[in-house]
Amino acid sequence: MATAHSKTAARFMISPAVVLLLAWMIVPLAMTIYFSFLRYSLMSPGEETFAGWDNYRYFLTDPAFFSAFTNTIVLVVGVLLITVVLGIALANLLDQPMWGQGIVRILVIAPFFVMPTVSALVWKNMFMDPVNGLFAHAAKALGLQPFEFLTHAPLASIIMIVSWQWLPFATLILLTAMQSLDQEQLEAAEMDGASWWRRFFYIVLPHLSRAITVVVLIQTIFLLSVFAEILVTTNGGPGTASTNITYLVYAQSLLQFDVGGGSAGGIVAVILANIVAIFLMRMIGKNLEA
Amino acid sequence: MGNITLKQVTKHFGETVVIPPLDLSIEDGEFVVFVGPSGCGKSTLLRLIAGLEDVTSGLVEIDGADATTLPPAKRKLAMVFQSYALYPHMSVRKNIAFPLKMADMDPAEITRKVEGAASVLNLTDYMERRPGQLSGGQRQRVAIGRAIVREPEAFLFDEPLSNLDAALRVNMRLEITELHQSLKTTMIYVTHDQVEAMTMADKIVVLQAGNIEQVGSPMELYHKPANVFVGGFIGSPKMNIITGPEAEKLGSHTIGIRPEHTMVSKEQGTWKGKVGVSEHLGSDTFLRVHVEGMDLFTVRAEGDVDLHHGDEVYLTPVMDRLHRFDKDGLAVR
Amino acid sequence: MARAVTNQRKLVVTVIAWSIGIAIFFPILWTFLTSFKTEAEAIASPPSFLFFEWTTENYTEVQSRSNYPLHFMNSVIISLGSTVLGLLIAIPAAWSMAFVPGKRTKDVLMWMLSTKMLPPVGVLIPIYLIFRDTGLLDTRTALVIVLTLINLPIIVWMLYTYFKEIPGEILEAARMDGATLWSEVIYVLTPMAVPGIASTLLLNVILAWNEAFWTLNLTAAKAAPLTAFIASYSSPEGLFYAKLSAASTMAIAPIVILGWFSQKQLVRGLTFGAVK
Ligand SMILES: Nc1ncnc2c1ncn2[C@@H]1O[C@H](COP(=O)(O)OP(=O)(O)OP(=O)(O)O)[C@@H](O)[C@H]1O
Ligand SMILES: [Mg+2]
Repeated sequence: MATAHSKTAARFMISPAVVLLLAWMIVPLAMTIYFSFLRYSLMSPGEETFAGWDNYRYFLTDPAFFSAFTNTIVLVVGVLLITVVLGIALANLLDQPMWGQGIVRILVIAPFFVMPTVSALVWKNMFMDPVNGLFAHAAKALGLQPFEFLTHAPLASIIMIVSWQWLPFATLILLTAMQSLDQEQLEAAEMDGASWWRRFFYIVLPHLSRAITVVVLIQTIFLLSVFAEILVTTNGGPGTASTNITYLVYAQSLLQFDVGGGSAGGIVAVILANIVAIFLMRMIGKNLEA
Repeated sequence: MGNITLKQVTKHFGETVVIPPLDLSIEDGEFVVFVGPSGCGKSTLLRLIAGLEDVTSGLVEIDGADATTLPPAKRKLAMVFQSYALYPHMSVRKNIAFPLKMADMDPAEITRKVEGAASVLNLTDYMERRPGQLSGGQRQRVAIGRAIVREPEAFLFDEPLSNLDAALRVNMRLEITELHQSLKTTMIYVTHDQVEAMTMADKIVVLQAGNIEQVGSPMELYHKPANVFVGGFIGSPKMNIITGPEAEKLGSHTIGIRPEHTMVSKEQGTWKGKVGVSEHLGSDTFLRVHVEGMDLFTVRAEGDVDLHHGDEVYLTPVMDRLHRFDKDGLAVR
Repeated sequence: MARAVTNQRKLVVTVIAWSIGIAIFFPILWTFLTSFKTEAEAIASPPSFLFFEWTTENYTEVQSRSNYPLHFMNSVIISLGSTVLGLLIAIPAAWSMAFVPGKRTKDVLMWMLSTKMLPPVGVLIPIYLIFRDTGLLDTRTALVIVLTLINLPIIVWMLYTYFKEIPGEILEAARMDGATLWSEVIYVLTPMAVPGIASTLLLNVILAWNEAFWTLNLTAAKAAPLTAFIASYSSPEGLFYAKLSAASTMAIAPIVILGWFSQKQLVRGLTFGAVK
């Protein structure tokens, strides 16, 4: 393999990918940083002035930022908790012998392939609508007052919708990891007199730990950027009750035309995502060596 | 013609020197075995000959012509890999035919040669199967078939039997030896199994850390190991190595005594010891004896000798079979 | 466990698993069923499951009224286009990293991955402005470019993990057998790499089809793929459940079906080979 001319050819073959990604990363990011120090509105183009740290100060002290920040965290943590816990339970269940396992798997995995705008609209209208939704019908049938999900619990509703989309992902990955567990290990533990519960805690769970970490980290990357679900259900409202940072930046820049403020928000989002990314890269880097 | 000569060949991987300057010549038709502990550079040496790695310096000559910079395909060598390296998406027939197809040989000629190789190797019934549907031994045969159809100047084998079970190994060992006897082509064979080395080789090359420790026929290495390392590596069970006062008494810094060259008695002898483990194989018995002032001493006794754990025994070396080494580990002759 | 499982236990597990599976799948099933109802029936209380008058008028209505075929074609072109373009760039790169790794290979791979973690809002404004100023806003070209770039790291990674599994010894064997670089590529590498390339293609078409940040922000009407088209139902007029369902069903059916074929690759592609 190791001959000199194949090495040169190899460098040559990588370069298009590297150059393109480099450009994709550096050019817009540099522009965002630049904009973030300008007073720049799309309504009055050509009148940009230097703003120093003002955009950052406004963005970070805006009460909307604080609520978007908490909403982002609540959304990410909420979805992670639901998907990981239910995912472990489901993976365990699907790993048991049963009839029609393949079909059940298909049913469980399906939501992952539904585009975000469709799943959000279907949930919003056909399930959560206080007049015509299925939940409202069910409430009325039980003689209860229908609950206005998107008005009274907007963030929780979005967490629910997003969890429905991501539960299949967690389940599928945990199930794959589960199936690679050496059955003899479990049998050995059973011979040692470990109860089902203990086998789960001392063998299955540690075995899943790597897959769980991967699920948590990868979902976090995607969940930090949840956007379409908010756009088509609540538009971030009522007020800012369901605005996350991604949506806030979008609203600031493309709805209020404040490029400077939006850019500052974008940079804040990048910094937050990087904190998560560092952990993820460490994790995957380790697996690369193994 | 298949003689191969290495002149002052070296190989570095970055900073690490895997092969220090090395000279070796292999005659046409010889069966040469490279042995040595894991990581000593056997595979690297073979791949240098094959052209799969570039030498860092030195010359590789094949047939008297400089082949140092020749690409693998031009060296007229065939290689059988440890993992067999069969093409998983091709049938057995296509696998064997592949090198001929690459040489743009006439299809009728290809068919004839492939059939020929298949019948020699007992593969005729499996020609349409894929490698995934074959047993380990059959895959091995396909790999050999792919090598022999090319009628190369020399065959290179890199631990070809290490993935097979014990019984199959013995079989394949015999088949390869027979193949060599009928083809009379040069073969270079890498192994770390010294039984394979002893039984198959015309010439053994013992390597350690990229250095050639000794080159010679199996019997030369057995009877006249050039140093302690070769003495300990060739022969099974291992030669006993004695140093210190007991060795001084016999007139050398280090003494090597093979288990089969030591007499055992219950009454009298040079050294007194106690039997630790005794392994009764039927034909032979191997005793591990604890002797004061020495490491555990292995001796071979008769198959039906009545000695067991804890028995007292006396050991006497056969004096004219002693191997004497100086303090650098080199043989004293 | 290699032991006879009692049928009773198996039955219990089967019932529980099926109930949960159906519950999770239910919103999709419900959308599918609703798409065959009339608008009045779609909001009827109590709702009917199967015993309604089946009609396909929603499908014809959606198709005729809203230029649905255009949006469908946009989705097809954007997802396939960006995936194929991505493959063309990624195959040589992944190839050389897998077969001629250098000291930096690992760093390059990790760096590529890190670009995937750049949150889209961080670059939304410049990208929006660049496309606006070059007249590419609301064009398929813009989306093909953006989706190629955001999915490129995943494509490179997936291909890399597949290529890595092709044993180097086989390539060496081919070289010993006298194969030229070209015949090595045609006869040995390509047949062994095709399954990996196919699964990469599949997964990326799915990801691109469902991408809903850039498609929503960079298109208005002309180039809008299905993600953006469906979003227009968030501010509807009149009764629209059945039509929403029909449009949704058509938008998700191709990908849900493709997705079922790609379960294994999904795990591998989305975890960057960390879980297999
Ligand atoms: N591509 C490489 N880069 C760096 N070092 C290498 C490379 N290939 C081999 N080595 C090193 O060279 C030495 C010799 O390796 P080689 O594979 O030749 O050993 P070997 O004698 O065949 O061992 P084994 O019996 O285990 O197959 C080893 O220490 C190995 O770590
Ligand atoms: Mg080796």
